[in-house]
Amino acid sequence: METKWREKARLMDGEAIRRALERIAHEVVERNAGVEDVVLVGVRRRGVPLAERLAGRIRAIEGRGVPVGVLDITLYRDDLTMLDHQPQVHQTDIPFLVTGKKVVLVDDVIFTGRTVRAALDAVMDLGRPASVQLAVMLDRGHRELPVRPDYVGKSVPTSRREVVEVRLTETDGEDGVVILEKI
Amino acid sequence: MLGKDLLGLEYMSRETIEKILDTAGPMREIMHRSIKKVPALRGRTVVTLFYEASTRTRVSFELAAKYLSCDTIGIASAASSVAKGESLKDTARTLAAMQPDIIVLRHPLAGAAALLAREVGAHVVNAGDGAHEHPTQALLDLFTVREKKGRIEGLKVAIVGDIAHSRVARSGIWGFSRLGARVFLAGPATLMPEAVEKTGAVVASLEEALQDADVVMMLRLQTERQKSGLLPSLNEYAVLFGLNRDRLGLARPDALVMHPGPMNRGVEITPEVADGPRSVIVEQVENGVAVRMAVLYLIAGGGSRHETLD
Repeated sequence: METKWREKARLMDGEAIRRALERIAHEVVERNAGVEDVVLVGVRRRGVPLAERLAGRIRAIEGRGVPVGVLDITLYRDDLTMLDHQPQVHQTDIPFLVTGKKVVLVDDVIFTGRTVRAALDAVMDLGRPASVQLAVMLDRGHRELPVRPDYVGKSVPTSRREVVEVRLTETDGEDGVVILEKI
Repeated sequence: MLGKDLLGLEYMSRETIEKILDTAGPMREIMHRSIKKVPALRGRTVVTLFYEASTRTRVSFELAAKYLSCDTIGIASAASSVAKGESLKDTARTLAAMQPDIIVLRHPLAGAAALLAREVGAHVVNAGDGAHEHPTQALLDLFTVREKKGRIEGLKVAIVGDIAHSRVARSGIWGFSRLGARVFLAGPATLMPEAVEKTGAVVASLEEALQDADVVMMLRLQTERQKSGLLPSLNEYAVLFGLNRDRLGLARPDALVMHPGPMNRGVEITPEVADGPRSVIVEQVENGVAVRMAVLYLIAGGGSRHETLD
């Protein structure tokens, strides 16, 4: 039987996401003293629209754009041998060299940190970046690896059993961050 | 989806075929990186066991495996040493004892891959079994056509040549038909298998097959299999069935010309056509690696191996 989920709490609405992205855009520019050599790499799936929006905000602030790439980490996952069915592999599309660049990885949620580990390996296989930074919309805790985000939209302590969803207009038809529980 | 083994396309669902094709696209991107390696199959071992001569298929499988971080071992065997199924079984058991994860088999007898798959716990990928099937060749052909044409559904595909001896044709018929193409077969009557219409393909004259075709797939004339005087001469074959510019003119202006290789230039295809603007023969080779990466990943990337072991 299919599990049914109910929205338990709404952590962020569209406005909150917009403001968080605006702040993160300023933080990226500040930390890197501009956007020279800065590139954004969105982690599929929801990191991609977030990276594109972030690039838009940075362009508005700095008056110049930053390149945006798309990273699929499926082949770098550490749980492939534990899954019954392999997840669909999607295209990695990074139309620039990462060597020497300040790479900002963008993802929707950081949880165990295993996705970030996979993304780091995937980026390193594409070249040797000057640095790698991490931006996430939501940090829900429960790290299993020693990684931490540099830019965070919102930090929320969650239960391990809860399901947290970042929803974006581009992928889900609406903007919001929600906690779901089983019913 | 994909089970323990990949033996052929005859019984493969459209959904599974499309999953393989969808996975091959991202795999091809990896081939264009300077570091051509992803860790998806790290620690897995692939044995390529080839009882027939092959360069491209074998290299293609081995590169595909290496790009996914597999360790690979190639075992070549002269065709003369294995005329009997018994010795294949013995080889299989010996190999299986060394715990490879995947065995890629090419064998001159139809059904050899299925036999091996029953004998060993490893995943078995059929790289050609006699005149039966060569599924990864058909998959790479499907991938190439789908990429160039944007679809398979509704296309007219002409497969021309030695249909009787061709596992490429057989897998191609199943694959293209399952994805909704209309398959026309043309070739000398002596090289046309009986009752091939039961597959749903249409047996036609060369002109009928080529007329308005979207895809023209020329088969290699398997000179090594022409023992019993089925053809008067190579020259006559070239005159009657070779693809030249005039004949290609019957096909649609944007028709793709394909060939599984290796080509007998001047026999089944003229150099002018083989190297011409509509030829996708070189892309087929590149796509072959990507499709085989997809197959290896989908067959062995998950954790189900130990469940299927006996």
